[in-house]
Amino acid sequence: MLVTFDYFLKNLDLSNKNCLDVITQGQWLNVHPAALVFAAALAQKVGKENVIIDNTAGKSGLYIDRMGLYDWSKTESPYHYSRHEEAGRFVPVKQILTSNDQSKFITDLIPLLHLPPEKSQVIYYIMGELIRNVLEHSMSKDGAFVAAQYRPKSNVLSFGVCDTGVGLKKSLSYYHFPKDDVEALKLALMPGISGTSMSQSGTGDNAGAGLYIVKNLSKMTRNYFVIYSGTAMYKLLKYDKRIERPKIHSDPLDDRHSLVDKLPDFHGTLVGVDIALDDTSDFNALMEDIKVSYSKALRERKERRYKKVKFI
Amino acid sequence: MKRVLIKKQAGEFGENKDVAKRIRLETVLPALGKQEKVVLDFDGMSGVTQSFVHALISDPIRKYPDGFFDLVSFKNCNPLVKTVVEIVSDYMQESLIA
Repeated sequence: MLVTFDYFLKNLDLSNKNCLDVITQGQWLNVHPAALVFAAALAQKVGKENVIIDNTAGKSGLYIDRMGLYDWSKTESPYHYSRHEEAGRFVPVKQILTSNDQSKFITDLIPLLHLPPEKSQVIYYIMGELIRNVLEHSMSKDGAFVAAQYRPKSNVLSFGVCDTGVGLKKSLSYYHFPKDDVEALKLALMPGISGTSMSQSGTGDNAGAGLYIVKNLSKMTRNYFVIYSGTAMYKLLKYDKRIERPKIHSDPLDDRHSLVDKLPDFHGTLVGVDIALDDTSDFNALMEDIKVSYSKALRERKERRYKKVKFI
Repeated sequence: MKRVLIKKQAGEFGENKDVAKRIRLETVLPALGKQEKVVLDFDGMSGVTQSFVHALISDPIRKYPDGFFDLVSFKNCNPLVKTVVEIVSDYMQESLIA
């Protein structure tokens, strides 16, 4: 659950780079797909033979088994049941190494989640952008780790995408020089900031718009969006239902958010997204709002760079 | 005139930028270089990502800022595809204006 994700991150211990112990605390653990892909990405990094999952988590343990986490661990799953197809309400953790893997994963996603086709566009969109970001910018040989979960009761779809690549600060440092991980997070969420160019329109292949748009889709459906890289985490907080259409800001710090620094240093990038599918029925209207805000944001930023004449 | 059926190469939802880049390099840019018209046909597509459209048209707009809008047309775009194309076209022009 992204609402408690700060707590999850604050309790991490990443000091041992050679092994990973997935410790569950009694009956409760954070099983948001973002937490699971994070564990799988770290497990891949240290090697399956160095990963242990403790077995005290009750029903949550069964869930992490179904989500495939034991596949990245030397611990044998204590759960015995007949595995049926991954159909229904979740997509277990998968590793994506190429753009063809990405296309296949995205095509398979909707039938796996048993969602109606009209809900598919926003899901394709978000997964397409987040996975592609990893493949292009993370420089990780392990690619992207992805998982999804649908909660019918709240009609919320949750995604997690994680890599153990260079992280946002390094990825943006060539052209934008963020002074620390917090500034790197801020830049990554602004429109027209790409790690491949100084120009606001990017290069022929990159524009620096993907995370900005995904974050705003979460915002407009009044849900959480979390991004963690290096020692910093930004979390978009929920907007009140009474606000008919939350205003889009170009600076992520102008949104309702929490920002945490001095977390355990994570070499990579983790993104967690919740989307309320009730509010995505008119996906195009959401994108129309983003269209207006995007150009406005670029125009304002450009104007801020203009030198002012002196009137004396 | 060149006509590209995007779905044939990209599938129902356009998210693979490698495909977009290939269309750009193999069809759109060469046609614009010869002052030829191009029709990008999105028939049968449910949507596209901004990254996909950026990889498809941003460089052609940058290289042929006037010719692009005269020579390139977008056909059979559903409202989502249309909006995403406009997002990219707007920010590209915004960034090109001094």
